[in-house]
Amino acid sequence: MIEFLVIKVVLAGIVIFVVLNLAGFQTWVERKQSALIQDRIGANRAPIFGFRLLGLFHGLADVIKMFTKEDIVPAGADKTLHALAPFFSVFFALVIFAAIPFGDSLDVRDIPFGDHLNLADPIIDLQVAKIDAAVLYIFAMLSLGVYGVILGGFASRNNYAIMGGLRATAQMISYEIALGIAIVGVIMVYGTMDLSELVRAQGQMVWGWIPFWGIVTQPVAFFVFLTAALAETKRLPFDLPEAESEIVGYFVEYSGMKFGMFFLTDFLETIVVASLATTLFFGGWQVPFLMPDGFHFPWGAELPVHPLVYVLLGVASFSIKSLIFLFVFMQLRWTLPRFRYDQLMDLGWKGLFPISVVNVAVTGVVLVFFGEAS
Amino acid sequence: MAVRVVRRPELTFWEKLYLPQILSGLKITFRHFFRNLFLHIAHQLGRLTHLPASVTVQYPEELRPLMSRFRSRHRLTVRDDNTPRCVGCMLCETVCPAKCITIVAEEHPDPNVEKYPIRFDIDLGVCVYCGYCVEACPEDAIRMDTGILDLAAYSREAMRLDIHELMDPTLRKPIGDCKLTFPHKCELHGGEMKGSWEGVAGE
Repeated sequence: MIEFLVIKVVLAGIVIFVVLNLAGFQTWVERKQSALIQDRIGANRAPIFGFRLLGLFHGLADVIKMFTKEDIVPAGADKTLHALAPFFSVFFALVIFAAIPFGDSLDVRDIPFGDHLNLADPIIDLQVAKIDAAVLYIFAMLSLGVYGVILGGFASRNNYAIMGGLRATAQMISYEIALGIAIVGVIMVYGTMDLSELVRAQGQMVWGWIPFWGIVTQPVAFFVFLTAALAETKRLPFDLPEAESEIVGYFVEYSGMKFGMFFLTDFLETIVVASLATTLFFGGWQVPFLMPDGFHFPWGAELPVHPLVYVLLGVASFSIKSLIFLFVFMQLRWTLPRFRYDQLMDLGWKGLFPISVVNVAVTGVVLVFFGEAS
Repeated sequence: MAVRVVRRPELTFWEKLYLPQILSGLKITFRHFFRNLFLHIAHQLGRLTHLPASVTVQYPEELRPLMSRFRSRHRLTVRDDNTPRCVGCMLCETVCPAKCITIVAEEHPDPNVEKYPIRFDIDLGVCVYCGYCVEACPEDAIRMDTGILDLAAYSREAMRLDIHELMDPTLRKPIGDCKLTFPHKCELHGGEMKGSWEGVAGE
């Protein structure tokens, strides 16, 4: 039992370490990528011992600044809720990662000196929590994340903040439905809600050479998912809860690291969405043509691979796919202007929602007639 | 006069679909991104330096070229013997719309010069950079051609330029030693009279 706990704590530690660092790193990526898109140089100061490393330490400087800033709680604000709201946001964004599998099961005996550990169960799932209904869990947590936002707006006693909170709530409700229904199509095709099973199911091949990924079986659901998921992250073009030029956002009354936590949540949610898109539609940790015993290319060539290398390749594949998604999201964020509020609602209810429902219906019909084959 | 009906441009089907428009937007941003990324790497390797990767001026290292008539921090021109060309006529002080110039004149040993300033202060916190002082000066004694723009200071007091800084544009507060040899009310010594005409070269 202790053994099991230690393994889980180590896994959780690794995931949180990587995710938080990635979120911090994204502040740098955002600065530099936007700079390159807009023909600028971007942040290039903040040296440590004379090393600038293209301004990589700006994120660090930001954190030091935010921690040393005065923390202002507005008079008349609900102090408890005001302090609690940013923690809510970050917490629910972080717990989602527990359910995302980032690699195939690792057999400890494959690691050099691993068999000296003498574990009772040497097979470790590279997933913090193996939840049977992981998809439901993730959507529950994504929805709960909006409580941080609405609480932040409500507890600030600021009309603009509460407007931001209300906008966030309305947006979440509108897009979460489309998001959920888009996922239903994927669940129907693979017949499981367990994400690690879902990824494993995506390892098959269609006609021997097309990977049986979600993007192949559910392209429409993918686009609906991508749009709705972008709306979930509350970043451009769906940053109406924030909307600096209109209402400044639900965190108007936050200062210092409490504001920083809301900011961090945005980046965390982007990572969540990127890894979810990878898991559901791009085969998670699957590498094309890579089976547990090695590569099986469609033209007949085979390349045996050590089991440990197989697992590491899977983790690398998952990371690279997620990073590509992060890159594309960032590019979209610096390409598209913000929606108007009525356009946002139109797109959510008249666009994505019907499309996703039709997609589920069509998927159902196709599965009934051709389902036995796949 | 006929009424001209201006029709709003109708969106085509593909524009209404929104996705192709997103892609064309992405095409532009991706083009800029990869072009600049490539150029930055090439610049690091010392290649293609004639193609700029950014349109911005890197301010503290690089200054934008200024027009020759640009009005920047003031300076007092000097004679060959390092005394101010100013004859203490008070025209600049009089013409100054912001009243930021303070001059105290004293008799000059040369009867052809008559007067010279023992004190010449310009409060840059008040100055409006209109350049009237330069226009009014009959002796070409004050100019605004130093090209110095970064005039920020931590106090109002530090915004006041005295004769030391005006005669030597390279000086910034805090000023170390008084290098002026002719008699003047030295701000560095609490406003005492310092220097003498014996110290001036050529006398």
